[in-house]
Amino acid sequence: MSMSLSIAPDVPMMEARGIRKSFGRVEVLKSIDMTVRQGEVACLIGPSGSGKSTFLRCINHLESVDGGQMRVAGQLVGYTQRGNKLHEMRPADVAKQRKHVGMVFQRFNLFAHMTALENVIFAPGVVDGRRGSAAREAALALLERVGLRSWAGHYPAQLSGGQQQRVAIARALAMQPRLMLFDEPTSSLDPELVGDVLDVMRDLARDGMTMIVVTHEMGFAREVADTVTFMDGGVVVESGTPAELFGNPRHARTRAFLSKVL
Amino acid sequence: MQPSTERHTAEMPSPASSQEGAAEELRVVPLRHPFRWISGGLAAVVLVAILVSLASNPNLDTPSVLQYLFHPAVLRGLTTTIWLTIVAMVLGLAGGTVVAVMRLSANPVLRYIATVYIWFFRGTPLLVQIIFWGFLGALYPFLSLGIPLTEITFVQVSTSTVIGATTASLIALTTNEAAYAAEIVRAGILSVDSGQAEAASALGLNGAQTTFKVVLPQAMRVIIPPMGNETITMLKSTSLVSVIGGADLLSNAQSIYAQNFKVIPLLVVVALWFLVLTSLLTIGQGFLERRFGRGISRTGHPGGFAARWISVRRNKTLSIEPEEQHR
Repeated sequence: MSMSLSIAPDVPMMEARGIRKSFGRVEVLKSIDMTVRQGEVACLIGPSGSGKSTFLRCINHLESVDGGQMRVAGQLVGYTQRGNKLHEMRPADVAKQRKHVGMVFQRFNLFAHMTALENVIFAPGVVDGRRGSAAREAALALLERVGLRSWAGHYPAQLSGGQQQRVAIARALAMQPRLMLFDEPTSSLDPELVGDVLDVMRDLARDGMTMIVVTHEMGFAREVADTVTFMDGGVVVESGTPAELFGNPRHARTRAFLSKVL
Repeated sequence: MQPSTERHTAEMPSPASSQEGAAEELRVVPLRHPFRWISGGLAAVVLVAILVSLASNPNLDTPSVLQYLFHPAVLRGLTTTIWLTIVAMVLGLAGGTVVAVMRLSANPVLRYIATVYIWFFRGTPLLVQIIFWGFLGALYPFLSLGIPLTEITFVQVSTSTVIGATTASLIALTTNEAAYAAEIVRAGILSVDSGQAEAASALGLNGAQTTFKVVLPQAMRVIIPPMGNETITMLKSTSLVSVIGGADLLSNAQSIYAQNFKVIPLLVVVALWFLVLTSLLTIGQGFLERRFGRGISRTGHPGGFAARWISVRRNKTLSIEPEEQHR
């Protein structure tokens, strides 16, 4: 593990304060506060259009925030503070910040012109100059970890959705992230393929990876999450341990949502 | 048709036979197509009549065609045509990529310039552009290198000395091609799902790495087929430079028949050479399409033309591909 990965144990892995975001006139995030400590698994649930995915994309600056402050491992995301001013970062510096935040997408987004192995080996080579047999072995080990070592030579179009998503997880892990973001990772999968992907995520959580997961898989949230946050209409309605939120929801909106999905 | 229908009955037993096992097989009578025979026969008769008429026409003068097919002047013109095509396509594609990136740029000035460039060079005939470049000296008698919008000049030369017929031809073909290539490259870039660039950004790639290693290689799949067509069009468009004496294949053939009046045989020579070149280009395009189609075609790397042809045939006769690899 490289030096940049070490952060003081009491610094939250992700800390959002008053995050606001609008698309045109529609305000999709209305002052979101959220903290995820190191090693924690946080699940974001809520109806579609509630802003969960947008919030997730703000964490690695795929969307820039219109207000509030986002910190990952103590560092301000997308901006540099000088005195009492925030300066927008240059794209190259944003890219450096993103290196250690892995992201898994609903639609997988595997590079279609590369095999599974090439997808995993690609970013470490291009971004960090990690090439050669050691990098190859590391990539194969990651494919082994998601159960797809024997599929290394296949192109994404030759893999099932569940296999593609597991390759996508291996690809994100190849950059040695300290935080993993999952944007509805099983929502576009056939039901019988969901289990394999959730198994891989469960293993990751067990190994101590900090994870923020936007999901509709309530079973997974209940079993794996340390905290579950319910969002609706661009605000955090309530947040707590799975036992609190699923067992004893305090808000009527949470109860209404859970009664529909459970 | 006959053997395949019989196999059809053998492979797909009728419900009766599958239930009772020893039931009698029913013969399938294929649908007759009498009109196919009539229309095909008529077309063949017309074609044969045209060919016989051509072959018996002494003005075609086959001996002269053969005599001039490898004439040194024809071969020199052929060489000029080939290198004009290659250089104009390479420079046109490079320029077109720049114009496409400008057109997709966040900078409104660059976007506007690119749009006007494409509008102008696609909106005027290539023949007019070629003649225009050929007579550039009439617009700018002298070319000079200096500081724009001032009187300061470092070098000044006469236009006709630096821009001869060949250079003018090359400039005309390149600037025109760049406008068409720009639209093709732009379409290619836009065809790549935005999730690809997003995934690359999330992995920490910067803009240039994302463009050159993720977006453009996938855009190539969409760019190559129309660029292949562009190359074939360009090959033939080079013959237009004969109007300014570009010394291409057609120009040289014209100067031969201006002396001996064997117009038709020399035009046949020109046509034959163009057919040879376009055929070669078509083969090359097939190779490129397979190279950049990696990861898209489910069969992976087909061995070659024979393999491709066989696989196409197979897909047509069998409705289900034997491809149950996933899990």
